[in-house]
Amino acid sequence: MSGILNSSIGRKFAMALSALFLMVFVLQHFVINSLSVFSPDAFNEVSHFMGTFWVIQYLIQPVLIIGVIFHFVMGFVLEIKNNKANGIKYAKNNGAANSTWMSRNMVWSGGFILVFLVIHFIDFWIPEINTKYIVGDMSGMHNGEFRYFHELQEKFVPIWRIALYCIGFVFLALHLLHGFDSAFQSVGANNKYTKGLKGFGKFYAIVIPLGFIFIALFHHFNH
Amino acid sequence: MMNLTLKIWRQKDSNTKGQMVDYKVTDISEHMSFLEMLDVLNEQLVNSGEEPVAFDHDCREGICGMCSLYINGEAHGPDRGITTCQLHMRMFNDGDTITIEPFRAAAFPVIKDLVVDRMAFERIQHAGGYISVNTSGNTQDANALPISKHDADEAMDAAACIGCGACVATCKNSSAMLFVGAKISQYALLPQGQVEAADRVQNMVAQMDLEGFGNCTNTGACEIECPKGISLENIARMNREYLKASLKG
Repeated sequence: MSGILNSSIGRKFAMALSALFLMVFVLQHFVINSLSVFSPDAFNEVSHFMGTFWVIQYLIQPVLIIGVIFHFVMGFVLEIKNNKANGIKYAKNNGAANSTWMSRNMVWSGGFILVFLVIHFIDFWIPEINTKYIVGDMSGMHNGEFRYFHELQEKFVPIWRIALYCIGFVFLALHLLHGFDSAFQSVGANNKYTKGLKGFGKFYAIVIPLGFIFIALFHHFNH
Repeated sequence: MMNLTLKIWRQKDSNTKGQMVDYKVTDISEHMSFLEMLDVLNEQLVNSGEEPVAFDHDCREGICGMCSLYINGEAHGPDRGITTCQLHMRMFNDGDTITIEPFRAAAFPVIKDLVVDRMAFERIQHAGGYISVNTSGNTQDANALPISKHDADEAMDAAACIGCGACVATCKNSSAMLFVGAKISQYALLPQGQVEAADRVQNMVAQMDLEGFGNCTNTGACEIECPKGISLENIARMNREYLKASLKG
């Protein structure tokens, strides 16, 4: 075990594990957000549960934050290492002849997702933490009713935020179009199921971000 | 017959800074191989008292892995499943400008012009790319060991790697994982390779990292450009072998 985390394969494996964890997180986030379209009451109930249940708040949330930070930091560290391994750049390099744009530009799509995440944290996560742990209001109530759905709708009113939200999820789709099956390849899963997994990966990479965009637009136009 | 402009990387030696230099070649037959076209250029240069362009070549039959060259932005040029010696001038058109560069990677330093030092691959092989067999005269007939057709085929496919370095040259990260994955797979799939399997994968990966190759990000460019069609499955197998060996301690 000693050298595994210092080896190229160990780093690749850790990167893939954090990616798989984040993909599961994005899926559950999407499922909860989509409740806001069908049932504001259900959205409020689930949001309150997620925001107050100690297992999620004190165990899963820190793991998630560590996972996000690890994925970004390791991504940039690997990019720096890889640039160092390259030496002199080619005068002419036809990357499009043998690989997708998405696979060659993971650091860029990841960088834009990071920018989006910072803004997303400022918009949603930090006010939530402030209300619950600084102000000390764990009730989830405002004027006698749950505040979550109302806050969500308010956030999606400004057109600039909708635009930013859509761009952020376009970059997430681009990132996932390569990242989904790349994560499985990195953990050594290349077998008879790979073709099906790649198909599912493309479905996931397009449908989930599109779903997030739909939810944002739905609330923008139905406020 | 074709008239071409060649933009070629010229570098006196490993300590000198190189640059792209333009040359004109005329009356090039479409039946010539790419290396024969370079032979014509060199004859022209020698006749005019200039230094010929240094480039690697040996068998010129696509099996030794010696020829390299990054041609018009692709390892071994624009064709697929071939080495540079099998690339024919019919892939180009009269009047074309062709850019010819050495394989680029920090672990493949340029020795001269288009010749690079690929000894890093040899050192990785020395770290574990072998099986220990007593060849004192009592060697067991390999055919006496039952091996499934599937495993034998996959091992043979992996063993087709000629170590040319196109995978490294084409990888945006200069990763050697397709090469190392193939060399590990060809033994990992066969009973003869099991005894030293854990040491092999750990030592070869450690040497690969030591040589300064980059990390694989699964772009798949190596698989596309590989003249022998080595599959990405070999990288996945190497990852599994490495993790298995590391967890066992």
